[in-house]
Amino acid sequence: MILQDFIALSPILDLGIFSLVTMLAIAFGRHHARIAVFAFLSCLLTLATLPWAATVAPRAVTTLLVVDGHALLYMGLVLTATMVIIALSYRYLNFQFREKEGVEEYYLLLLLATFGALVITTAAHFVSFFLGFELLGLSLCSLIGYLRTRRHPLEAAVKYLLLSITASAILLFGLALLYFESGTMTFHDVGAIMKQAQSVPPLWLGGLILVLVGIALKLGLAPFHMWVPDVYQGAPTPITTYLATVSKAAVVALLLRFATEVGLFELPPVVHLFSLLAVVSMVTGNVLALLQENVKRLLAYSSIAHFGYVLVALLAGGPPAAEAVTFYVIVYCAMSLGAFGVVTVYSSEGGDKNLFEDYQGLFWTRPWLAAMLALSLLSLAGIPVTAGFIGKFYAIAAGVDAGLWWLVLTLIANSVVSLYYYLRLIVTLFTEVPEQAAAPQGQVEQSAPTVGWTTAFSLGFVASVILMLGVYPNPLMELIRNSVSNLLMVAVQQP
Amino acid sequence: MVMMLWLLILIPLLAAPFAWLGQQWSRSAPRMIALGALSVDVLLALFLWNHGDSVQASGHGSWLVESHISWIPRWGISLHLGLDGLSLILIVLTAFIGVIATIASWTEIRSRVGLFHCNVLLALGGVIGVFLAIDLFLFFFFWELMLVPMYLLIVIWGHAQRRDASFKFFLFTQAGSLVLLVAIVALALLHQQATGRPSFDYADLIGLTLTNEMARWLMVAFLIGFLVKLPAPPFHTWLPDTYTEAPTGATIILAGILAKTGAYGLLRFTIPLFPEAMSEISPIVMGLGVVGILYAALLACAQTDIKRLVAYSSISHMGFILIGAFAGTELALQGVVMQMVAHGLSTGGLFLLAGTLEERYQTREMGHMGGLWSVMPRLATMTLFFACASLGLPGLANFVGEFLVLFGSYATQPFMIILASLGMVMAAIYSLGMMQRTFFGRQQDTRPVPDLSNVAFGTVLVIAVLQIWLGLYPRVVLTTAQPVMEQLVQATVASANLIHSRSESLLSSHIVTSQGTIP
Repeated sequence: MILQDFIALSPILDLGIFSLVTMLAIAFGRHHARIAVFAFLSCLLTLATLPWAATVAPRAVTTLLVVDGHALLYMGLVLTATMVIIALSYRYLNFQFREKEGVEEYYLLLLLATFGALVITTAAHFVSFFLGFELLGLSLCSLIGYLRTRRHPLEAAVKYLLLSITASAILLFGLALLYFESGTMTFHDVGAIMKQAQSVPPLWLGGLILVLVGIALKLGLAPFHMWVPDVYQGAPTPITTYLATVSKAAVVALLLRFATEVGLFELPPVVHLFSLLAVVSMVTGNVLALLQENVKRLLAYSSIAHFGYVLVALLAGGPPAAEAVTFYVIVYCAMSLGAFGVVTVYSSEGGDKNLFEDYQGLFWTRPWLAAMLALSLLSLAGIPVTAGFIGKFYAIAAGVDAGLWWLVLTLIANSVVSLYYYLRLIVTLFTEVPEQAAAPQGQVEQSAPTVGWTTAFSLGFVASVILMLGVYPNPLMELIRNSVSNLLMVAVQQP
Repeated sequence: MVMMLWLLILIPLLAAPFAWLGQQWSRSAPRMIALGALSVDVLLALFLWNHGDSVQASGHGSWLVESHISWIPRWGISLHLGLDGLSLILIVLTAFIGVIATIASWTEIRSRVGLFHCNVLLALGGVIGVFLAIDLFLFFFFWELMLVPMYLLIVIWGHAQRRDASFKFFLFTQAGSLVLLVAIVALALLHQQATGRPSFDYADLIGLTLTNEMARWLMVAFLIGFLVKLPAPPFHTWLPDTYTEAPTGATIILAGILAKTGAYGLLRFTIPLFPEAMSEISPIVMGLGVVGILYAALLACAQTDIKRLVAYSSISHMGFILIGAFAGTELALQGVVMQMVAHGLSTGGLFLLAGTLEERYQTREMGHMGGLWSVMPRLATMTLFFACASLGLPGLANFVGEFLVLFGSYATQPFMIILASLGMVMAAIYSLGMMQRTFFGRQQDTRPVPDLSNVAFGTVLVIAVLQIWLGLYPRVVLTTAQPVMEQLVQATVASANLIHSRSESLLSSHIVTSQGTIP
């Protein structure tokens, strides 16, 4: 290892060190606000090392990790999302842990999960792939059950644990099969050997499919989606946000790298499998979301559908596909942060607010909060001026470019269906509660709760990202283009 | 001049937040702001109209004014605006109808005045953008931009069934739009295949050579997108509910302007982009137009709800636009432009009056009205006037439009045109039936209600004067639109490759030249 390797690895090292320091800080003195600020700064400082690491990128650090533009871009996304989530968590936890019984480890776990996510984005080897997966999965599992005195979070945690274990088992078995056939564990060599092979041996194919099923389980693609709504609903809302954004973005980063290096989409069976997954995810997600009365469940089903759209873009193959996927994932993270963020903020003021009826007439009592939710929902629905439109445009463009007409048409039919439930929620925001005008309920409700500046700032940031990407997406497109060309330049010098 | 193009769009868009904030100052502040912004837009557009001729004479190309700024170079998307005679006419119409809608909402909208006018301004800004954009991506951007404010207008201020109506409106139009989006993206990517770089620019795409099959599919996608908005059967089912449930101001905008964006899309994009596919498919589309005219007129005859009646009559009139647009003769196309303006004015007026009736009696059922002539003579007279305009009384603008369409299309599809002209007869039946049931006969409801207010009366009078003026002197509109329509016809004639269609086009262009002096 030489200095440049350290520079390349600096984001991961940085966050690792800060996680340790956070742990020590908690050991020395419990103080919620201090630890929260500390965790936030850890992410911020890690974010600051990205440009530094970029000076030596692309670089393969040992055979395990590759730090290139692609990895750095996703690292930036993951870290930014984590920062927003930390900012939103503080008030939520303050409300949920009124007795302040050991709330600080939450931030430690969050940092560790993000650490795992960073490892995943750089993974170029089965070992680092699996390590990152486990780090992320285990931290998330404890985070989901963090409100340990409640029933739903614990139930969700157990569900997620079972899912994680199943996914890991399937994944490991798949990786083992791939290793058995190829004798190597780096993505690059696996791809190289596969290109030389005349015909694909069945075991190899089986291994690949098992790996992909493991990834699909993590991404919550239908038909592996059963856990998604329950876990989303049960988890503390900031963690639901984390599940929807950071955890998925990291896995997509890995999937992109894996798919390009191994040449996944040159295998017809894999393409068929993914097309099927895409269609089933879109249809299942959207149809099941139609009649939900719970906002978190609705967003959970919509996330299943959205990753179906991502698959459509992914299936297109080649540079436009990678660009479209990355753009869509970034956009999806912003919209999810917005939508779940509003649920978090609203739930920090008097218990969980998950049902549609809680949101009825919100626009007339809390215009900013409701406008933010409406903006995120419109973005999820893909209406112009919001980022979601450009994302959908990108996905459609990639699909049309590759001539995937049926998938694109399915995507379109599904976006129309999805409009129905987004509109249902938006209409609810604008529908007056009958007694709202007549009798104000209690004095507490009357004085509209003030939103802290951290919340206002983080939601404002998310809103401006959504609008900015919707109106002037070119800078991000160029950035992604560079990172993708990085990813496709597979021949990163191996040590 | 270039700046003024942007001002046309930006004035309503920028005034929108002020209209919302203005609520804090006083209740009428948002109304004044909306009125002011739209009036400025009208004046600006009229100014451009006056200067348009001189610019064109100086040989500036086909656009009177053009503005080109790079936006998303990765996809070859730019902020490309262009103004020609067609867009100019429609922009003036848009801003003017906007003024009418604001006045119509003056007394009807009492709650959340600021937000209402904010949405009105946003929607109109989007519509003006639609008429100006000549980059297909930008066009689509504006096309969708107008949708959300319209949706909010219906869902917040609409009548009892507003929820269902707003859902129908949004889902239908959005479904059409997405099909359109795919076609637009496909065109841009075909341009990439041909030249190596994607482009959404109108000028680039119009020169693209497509295989027949591709052109046919893309044409169908464009058609679906625009026919939903127009609307033409079988995509019209969202319209009666939406028009009925929306507040009067929103209905006026929907019927007066939004329907025209569909027609504009046909003229500006569908026909020039796919001229060959168009000449193949035009009998079918004209058939749809005829079906629309007759079917909607028939349904209008059976309505008991006054707003629904006007809504169906609106579908019926849009059928003429569809026929004229696909007839491929300059005369018919001129008629289409005339019909767009005339229909905008007459339905605007009719919905304003129907809305006033509803506001006064809290019902739209004509069975509960009757004998109202003596109660509100002003309203009754004006309704009679617009009913006559709508049924195509010579001397009024609608007559000019419909007549030109029928006359110009006769050579291409004589049988269909004979059927279509039956629509004018039926228009007389339902329009006069409406008058009969509402204003004549025995009075059902004897509550004393005020007549049309002075402001509303004045507004309606202005529309009426415009109707008469355009009816007697249609030259204003026709000469402005003429260069655009000439180009359109040339494009179609040049590419009509089938022998029989060529001979027909020659025949019709002969008629055009012989009629060239009429305007």
